[in-house]
Formats: sequence, structure tokens, C-alpha cells
Amino acid sequence: MLRRILLFPPVWISLIVVVAASTLPLYVSGYILGLLTIAYYFGVFSMAWDLLFGFANEVNFGPTFLIGLGAYTAGILDNLYQPPIFVCVAAGAFAAVTGGVALALPALRMRGPYFGLMTLVAVLMLQNFVVVAAELTGGEIGLTVPDVISIDDKVNYWIALGFMTFSGAVLYGLSRSPVGLILQASGQDAVQAGALGFNLTKHKLAAFIVSAFFSGLAGALMVFYLGAASVGTFIDVTVGVQVIIGAVIGGRRTILGAAIGAVFLIAMGEALRPLGDLATFIVSGMALFVVLAFPGGLLGMVKGAREAT
Amino acid sequence: MSAADVYLEVKGLFKRFRGLTAVKDVSFSIKAGEILGLIGPNGSGKSTVMKSILGVEPPDGGSVRVNGVEVAGWPPHKIAQLGVGMVFQHSRPLHRQTVLENIVLGLLPDKLLDFFPDPAIEARARAIAERVGLGAALDRRPSTLPFADLRRIELAKAIARNPKVVLVDEPFAGLTARETAAFAKLIGEMRDDGRAVLVVDHNVKSVAALVDRIFAMYVGERIAEGTVQEVMQNETVRRVYLGGALETAARPESAFRDAQKPFLEVHNLNVFYGKAQALENVSIHVHQGEFVAIVGLNGAGKTTLFNAISGLAPYVGEIRRQGQSLRGKTAASIARDGIVQSPEGRELFTEMTVRENLDMGGGRLKEKDRVERLEWLFDLFPILKERANQTAGTLSGGEQQMLAIARALMMKPDLLILDEPTLGLAPRIMEQISKALERLRQTTPITVLLGEQNVTFALPHADRVYVLEHARIVWEGDPSRFASEVGERYL
Repeated sequence: MLRRILLFPPVWISLIVVVAASTLPLYVSGYILGLLTIAYYFGVFSMAWDLLFGFANEVNFGPTFLIGLGAYTAGILDNLYQPPIFVCVAAGAFAAVTGGVALALPALRMRGPYFGLMTLVAVLMLQNFVVVAAELTGGEIGLTVPDVISIDDKVNYWIALGFMTFSGAVLYGLSRSPVGLILQASGQDAVQAGALGFNLTKHKLAAFIVSAFFSGLAGALMVFYLGAASVGTFIDVTVGVQVIIGAVIGGRRTILGAAIGAVFLIAMGEALRPLGDLATFIVSGMALFVVLAFPGGLLGMVKGAREAT
Repeated sequence: MSAADVYLEVKGLFKRFRGLTAVKDVSFSIKAGEILGLIGPNGSGKSTVMKSILGVEPPDGGSVRVNGVEVAGWPPHKIAQLGVGMVFQHSRPLHRQTVLENIVLGLLPDKLLDFFPDPAIEARARAIAERVGLGAALDRRPSTLPFADLRRIELAKAIARNPKVVLVDEPFAGLTARETAAFAKLIGEMRDDGRAVLVVDHNVKSVAALVDRIFAMYVGERIAEGTVQEVMQNETVRRVYLGGALETAARPESAFRDAQKPFLEVHNLNVFYGKAQALENVSIHVHQGEFVAIVGLNGAGKTTLFNAISGLAPYVGEIRRQGQSLRGKTAASIARDGIVQSPEGRELFTEMTVRENLDMGGGRLKEKDRVERLEWLFDLFPILKERANQTAGTLSGGEQQMLAIARALMMKPDLLILDEPTLGLAPRIMEQISKALERLRQTTPITVLLGEQNVTFALPHADRVYVLEHARIVWEGDPSRFASEVGERYL
């Protein structure tokens, strides 16, 4: 069984990439490590999002609702009572799941674009709450947390890489498992999946919970890396857009592609930084090009090239 | 037979959609090892009956019992788990998965914590694939398979859970004669396995060889029930499908001025949709002022033919209008030059008013012409005048159909193509549309190409009839000869 899994190309290729990436702290600067640390957390956001969009076929415009809940819950808890960090992180993940269920239960009853609209409204509500409840959340200035996981760039980098690897393995495994198959069928043809005896609401809700769990967990961990939380880094709609674009350019319905896309986006943004504001424009243009020319995303491009030969 | 062997029992089923009663007091039962054919023309409510059994459209009244258990109002997955399988007409497999994985899907338990595939499931999936004739295609992706094999996947998924009751929706639509025979055999095997099978189709003929009994519906109600012979001889069935004694007023072909050089010529037309051939060497012609009916069941290729003529579907072959090839012309320019289609499904601007819809059709006319034309149309369909300021979406089905025809007529077409104008309409409404068509025929020089599966509606208006079956023209002739020569096919 294990042998069969390890021999599966996406698995061993990913393993090689992860091993190679784990050696990076030996020869790159702390600045680059810092960037990649953030990029890896975004990779988790995008992978969690792809589980919903790619498999359950539900467009969640509010990934930052889940991320923000996780980040702020962990941050506020640390600020108020300073429990061990892992307690804060667990609370963040729990909050994201609870909030996710509260959102998904009514939203999943909606058909068509309304699910997406509800998730978008949820982001705006959370954002408003953070601003209004400034005493608790730090409002527009942001929330500074007293603790960080580590002050060592390398340790932070390895934690982020390890976390992304773990999340990727779970999400990818899930997507390839029988549950993933049912989820895909539910997303593609609700009537038929029902006729095959699958309770769609149950499966979609479970997908939402898993997605929320990883989003919240990643958000909470990122707070303890940055040492601060602000609306601009965790909740703003533009952050959500970046998560979504990462998943889409990486390749819908691939999970692993989403991580590649998110890392690619952040790396490009940084590489083009000397161009100033133009950088965002160029990165957006590239994203648009990939979506138009290769609807399968970066991974789809690779697969296409392999099948063509 | 004891009551325990009745696997499906439907009693006094009612279903309403807003004002419309789609199913009225329908009752039937199917025993283990029995195939019942549920037939009826489009809009007769047979699909609604099927959806009610499946739980997709919960019934408003009556009872549905599966193996003795009342399931009316249950969600579909519960009903499926109790032992109801469904073979869908349109196959939508998972394209990234192999055939084997698609069948495995049908066998998976409805569990959230099922992370590792059970090897026994794969073995069963292989056995099922072998049985439905997919043994050689297990590792292929659905997109590389021929159309008939995609239907086999649907069949495999439906029987995967070993259901007691199997619903089969139009099993033979789009299949060739050989594939039809193969599928009939597979459905026959379901009977041998002791399942109760409900086969839903349009007419008796297509399922005659397969079923044990037939239940015929028309506008939501039962009209006949019994053996194939009994139903075929039933007076009501004959009237619904063939009309009563036909009064036809066909004009002979020689009566048209362009008898030698027809207005529209379609020559050896072939159209493919991916793997399925939608039209095969179809040749027809239409004279100026003539009313020609293309009669054929769902999926025969009528809409494809009309779309090719309108420039909406790519084709191989020749289409000429007054000797001029239409190849390379855009749909818009063909329509502007006077070949106008009133499409199946009407395609109205539902958010606009009746008047605005008509103005869209007459957008290219001069003000004076448009006013005149509008007057004339309001005279042809008086109800549209009453509804002029209502949005099209709020009209009844019949009124929408009239509006669709009127909008097409606003363009002052030389040739009007009407695709299934009676789809889903009540007989009373059909009559009104029928009268309007007759007036067009008597008082205007317009040419009409009418696509219908409702023979009763099509024949009285037609000067000439073509029968389209499985993508081919199989009969051409005078409507008066229709009933005796090909009528049997439409029962």
C-alpha cells in the first residue's frame, strides 16, 4: 500500500521538492526565507480553497472569513490570557470551523451564485466587526501579539514548510480517496449524486469543515510568525482574491497546484517589486493569461505537455 | 403473485408546479422481474412521475412505496439507499476519472470517513463493467469513449447498488439500431435479476419489444394501461398520437411556382456532435409558400437540421436558398435575409415586456412597417395585445410560444422555422396556435418549416411531410398517406 502511494508520480515528485525546499535555509538569505514562509501559508489557504471550488464545486469568495477567524481568535486569546501558543492555534482552528459551519449551513441551501455572495458578505461583516470592536481586535491599526513561535527565520521557515507539507498530504489524500470521489460527483451533478445514494449536504458540509480547519489553522500559525494581525493581511477582500488566483493559476482540482500557484504569485510579486505599483498589474496580467490560455492552470499545462508527447 | 413481490407501488400521485398540475392521480405498480413502459408525448408528465419516485420532485399528494416502504417526500439519497436506481438519459460522468473509477463511485458507501478504497469494491466494479460490456474500457477516460459506452457507464452505476427498482429514462435516444438491441438485452437482464424496471419513453413502438406492460399518459393523466397490443389499439392513444380522422389540405408539389427550383434545398447534410452523428445524409427541399413538416421523436435530429439551416451548427453538405449556397454566412445574416427560426424552448427575453420582445424582432423595420406589422400580429394573437406590458417571463407557456412565433414573424421572414411549437402545451392552447398557423397559410405567402414530434399537430398544416429517425430521413410524402404508411411508428 505505502509502496504504491510512494510510487505515484505526484507523491514522489512532491517529496523531492519538499526535501529540496527544506535545505534552502542552508544557502539563501533570511529575507527570502521570510517571503517563502508567508508563501507557504498562502499555499495552505489556496489548497484549502481548492477543496471547495475544485471538488465540491462551491465558489467560496470568502476564504479570508475563515482565515481571519482563525488568525484573530488565536491573536486575541494570546493577547488576553497568554495561554501556550498551541492552545491559541487550536482555538483559532476551532473558531474557523465553527464560523465555517455557521456560514455553510444556510449558504449550502442556496443555489447558484448565492452561495458565493453569502461568503463574500461574511468577509465584509468580519472586517467591520474587527474595525468596530477595536478594543479587542486592535481595529484598523492591527493587533500585536505578545508571543511568537520563534525568532529564528530558519525555524519559522521549517515550521511553515512542514505545515504546508502536512496540509497538502491530508488534503491531497482526501481528494484522491473515496470521499473525494463522492465530493466531485456531488459538485458536478447534484441530481445524479443524490440518485446514487449520496447525501450531498453532508459531504459538502464536511468539505467546508476541512477547508475551514486548514484555513483557520494556517491563519493562526501565520499570526504567531508575523507577531501581528491586521485586516490588510488576513481579512481584506484583496487577500482572498490572491488566495483564489493562486489556486486557479496553479490548477483547479489538483490541490497541489494550488500550493504551487500561491508560491508562484508571491515569488513573482517580489521579483517584480522594483517596478513599484506596476508589479501588481503585471502579476495580475500574467494570472489572467494563464487562466485564459491554460484553464487547467500551471499543473494542467505540465500534464498537457506530458500527454502530448 | 403476493403483495410482497410488488417492488414499486405508486398510488394517486399528484404534482403541481405553480398553477399547472403536471401529474394527476397516477397509480401503477411494478412487481419483481417486471418491466413497465411509461409512455406519453412531451409534456405528458412522465418525467415528473419519475422524478417524484426518485424524490427529486417530492409529490404534492399520493403515495410512493418502495418494497412496501412509504418514501413520498424523502430526500433522493434516502430513496436511492432504500433500493431505487436511475439510468439517466444524459450521461455526465466524471471526466478526470477512469471508467472503473466512475463505476466504483456507484458502489461507495455514503460515509464521510471512508479514506481508503475497499479492494472488494473494485472487484465488484470490474464484474459490473464486464456485465454491461465495458470490460475492455476500464482504464480509459470517458471522453475517449463512444456515445453508447457512456450510456453503459450510466447503466453500470445504476445497478451498482443492486437496486430493487430501476428507473430508465429514454434508454434508446441517440443510439443506433445495433446499440439499441444491445441495450434492450441489458435492460432485459435487469428483469431476469428480479428487479422491477420502469422504462420511460415517448411512444409504444420504441419500447414494445422490451416491456411486459404499458402505462400511457397524456397531459398528466392516465389514458391507457395494458399489454402492448391493448395500448396500441386503444382509441384514446391512437387519437393522442395520430389524431382522429385527419383532415389534411395538402397542396401538391406541382402547385408551387418554383416546382423545378425549390426555395430551400438541403443536400446530403451531415452533422456531428463530437462522437454522435446527429444528421446523416439528410436531403430535403421546401418550395416558396409551402408548409413542410419534419416529424421525428426527441433526439432524431430536427433541431440540428434547423440549426444548420440557420447557420448555428457546422455541417458537411450543401444548403442553398434560391440556388445560392448559405455556406460561410453568419447566423445573423441568414436571419436578416429572411430565414428566421422560432427555436425550441422559445428563448424569449424573459425580463422584457411582450411589446419590447416584439420590438426586438422588428428592430430593423421602418417605423411605419413596424406599427403595421404589430397591428397584424396583435390581430393574429389577440392575447398578446392584452399582455403587451407584461414581462415575458410571467406569461403562460402557451402565451410564451405565441410570443416566440410573433417575434419571429416581426422580422418579416420568407421562411419561418418553427421548432417544436407545441412542446409542453395543453391541447386547448395547441388549437389556438394551430388556428394562427392555418391563417398564415391561407392569407400570406410565407413558407414554413415545422419540426414536431406531435404528429396530430403537424399533419393538418403540412403540404408535405418528412420523417426523421435516428439522424436520417426515412420517409417523405403526403400527410394523407402518413397514418397508413408510417403511423405505427408513432404510437
